[in-house]
Amino acid sequence: MMSVRYLPLWITAALLCLLFGIGGWQFDGFASLAVVSNLFSDNAFLLIVALGMTLVIISGGIDLSVGAVIALSGVAASLLISQYQWHPLLAFALILPVAALFGALMGVLIHVYKLQPFIVTLAGMFLARGLATTLSEESVAINHSFYDAIAEFGFALPGGGWVGASTMIFIVLLLLVIVLMHYSRFGTYVYALGGNSQSAELMGVPVARTTIAIYVLSSVLAALAGIVFTFYTFSGYALAGVGMELDAIAAVVIGGTLLTGGSGFVIGTVLGVLLMGVIQTYIIFDGSLSSWWTKIVIGLLLFGFIVLQKLLSRRTALTTAARSTAHG
Amino acid sequence: MTTPSLVLELKQVCKHFPGVKALQDVDLRLFAGEVHALLGENGAGKSTLVKVMTGALAKSSGDIYFNGQNCSFASPAAAQQAGISTVYQEVNLLPNLSVAQNLFLGHEPRRFGLIQHQKMQQQAQQLLLRFKLNIDVTAPLAQYSVAVQQLIAIARGVAMSAKVLVLDEPTASLDSSEVQMLFDVMRQLREQGVAIVFITHFLDQVYQISDRITVLRNGSKVGEYLAADLPRSRLIEAMLGKELQQLTHQAATTTPAVAEPLLVLNNIAVKGSISGVSLTVAQGQAVGLAGLLGSGRTEVCRAVYGVDALSQGEIQFGGKTLRLQQPADAIKAGIALCPEERKTEGIIGPLSIRENIMLALQARRGWWRYLPVKQQQQLAAFYIDKLQIATPDADKPIEQLSGGNQQKVILARWLAINPQLLILDEPTRGIDIGAHAEILLLIKSLCQQGMSLLVTSSELEELVAFAGKVVVLRDRQKVTELSGDTMTAPHIMQAIAEG
Repeated sequence: MMSVRYLPLWITAALLCLLFGIGGWQFDGFASLAVVSNLFSDNAFLLIVALGMTLVIISGGIDLSVGAVIALSGVAASLLISQYQWHPLLAFALILPVAALFGALMGVLIHVYKLQPFIVTLAGMFLARGLATTLSEESVAINHSFYDAIAEFGFALPGGGWVGASTMIFIVLLLLVIVLMHYSRFGTYVYALGGNSQSAELMGVPVARTTIAIYVLSSVLAALAGIVFTFYTFSGYALAGVGMELDAIAAVVIGGTLLTGGSGFVIGTVLGVLLMGVIQTYIIFDGSLSSWWTKIVIGLLLFGFIVLQKLLSRRTALTTAARSTAHG
Repeated sequence: MTTPSLVLELKQVCKHFPGVKALQDVDLRLFAGEVHALLGENGAGKSTLVKVMTGALAKSSGDIYFNGQNCSFASPAAAQQAGISTVYQEVNLLPNLSVAQNLFLGHEPRRFGLIQHQKMQQQAQQLLLRFKLNIDVTAPLAQYSVAVQQLIAIARGVAMSAKVLVLDEPTASLDSSEVQMLFDVMRQLREQGVAIVFITHFLDQVYQISDRITVLRNGSKVGEYLAADLPRSRLIEAMLGKELQQLTHQAATTTPAVAEPLLVLNNIAVKGSISGVSLTVAQGQAVGLAGLLGSGRTEVCRAVYGVDALSQGEIQFGGKTLRLQQPADAIKAGIALCPEERKTEGIIGPLSIRENIMLALQARRGWWRYLPVKQQQQLAAFYIDKLQIATPDADKPIEQLSGGNQQKVILARWLAINPQLLILDEPTRGIDIGAHAEILLLIKSLCQQGMSLLVTSSELEELVAFAGKVVVLRDRQKVTELSGDTMTAPHIMQAIAEG
């Protein structure tokens, strides 16, 4: 049973190593720290969003609004900085609490009115995307000394690798979320909700508080990802991050988290994002394949993983069946 | 604890659901250092009472005093905080979390705000040793058997060091040595002054461990007794009641002796539930199934209706052997079932009365032959009139009707396809007295028209009134069959009680 729980995680890790090995064997310079560090810095925003998505999915929910929140927070940041001459840090200090409020609103709707997270966050998605487009239809460029400093901040690794601000922010967040999930009561509550929210409530889990906190965290992490995205592009654009919520969900599932909730690991999601990144890198190195092949491979992978999930959860279903007959 | 003090007191507590009065003016007194058995038949309101007491459901009216203070708990968490912890009938733990996490959820030992996993696991190990359980506490709960999970659930209740511990059917999945272990722990806790509410349908266990007994029937309190003063026969009488006597004093329907057998159960068994049940239902005969909750009444109904697969024996229907894979097969053969759980298995709440009535008929016609709305309306109007369903119109959602009227709609659903055998599982449960009598009369007239019925009921007088024969079940096995002069409520009661 223990090994079954970790099985999807091991499969993802093995696939990651395998693909990395094949790439390194086929192409010069593939198996290098430069490629590895680029994987992190190019995908930092997706990694950050996927952290939040993992939490949400483990709790049995889903958050479709994150892609739009990335765009909204990026556009808001660039407007405040470029048009209103705010200091970036001040802009961030405004954006993050607003994002928290946005998440709290969705959490309240989900909990109080017993609404499907799918539909509530879909509404949130339209709302955030619409707001972002209203703020500015054009891409807003950022010119600020703080951004130049951010771009230069970091340290080099041997072999052409570079650990920049985005990667560092992600690693700090990753550690925080791991501690939160495995060493705090809140983390246990998140797993509890995903396991069986009724039992959790009867066992005294503060369901309202936990649900709201989960969506607050997801929105805040998405807003942070939007900010990190501006570090990457030096601009904010209302159509940024379209479909990124789906990439995040794919990464979470490939990383071994059950879509039905209750089981999964943050580190698996990181492996999921990296696997998707390695596929992309491989296709770039190959040069002859269209970049859309990334999507095709991810699609196939997802099929494989959901079938695997089904097979694994069938084992659990058998246990539950045995339980209910014994009870009757 | 020399002088027992009143820990928890419920006064005139009511709980109403749409269409059902689940609890009606129920009083309960709970003293420190006692085991208080809460007894009653299925649907008597025990589980609802527990849920109201522990904050899982809000009461409709009445007062709850805890340590002398009037309070009502907003949530199970609030009740737990105050010292009332509950082990529910179904294992309400989290299968995906580890044993240790389940035991300490919300109460994990922490340092600097971080959970100390090692300490938690050690404490879990020690706690479980009290129940002679030596298992890997880091493994997910789902890995363990139901019995072990039940013990873990109880251990969790104990770990909360509660003032009041509520055990709702804790022994249903335990074997006798595990039960004794549980009783040892309960005695320990009683000595420490914990008040324990013990709900069970095993009367032997009631007398083994309880000090005081409160009996509920149909959502009302029948009485509070000292266990030592209450003979078993009087307890069963209190649980099953006699109040229907005046309604149903007529003699049993006489069936022609030559009637062909319609349904023959030949030594049937279902894995994990009933075993070795044989019975015959003749054409136009009503056969009653009697027994306490958990005796296998419902399980027999489910097997005949094709819900649970047989592991042994055979079902003959109209002279042919039936192979039922699913209820649809039973419906095709001419068997219908009004389930005990009307709310979850009978009605489809948001659909209208008309739609609920025509469900079975439409199912029989198939997807492609849609019943014209006009015909549906005629059908609904016919049955609303015939069964005197109290409703302004047929398009009202069924969930807005009272329990008795809902039951009539379910009956109409089956009458519309005119089955040969109608199975009624507790047809009068949770129904007010007027509708009750009407349904009994309907059952009688159906029999006279030649329909065969298999009826379970906890109301023995009721069974005696319309059944041609009563089959008594105990411990998921058939005990005896009574008919003619021997078929009286006291005789049935005796057969149920002898253990």
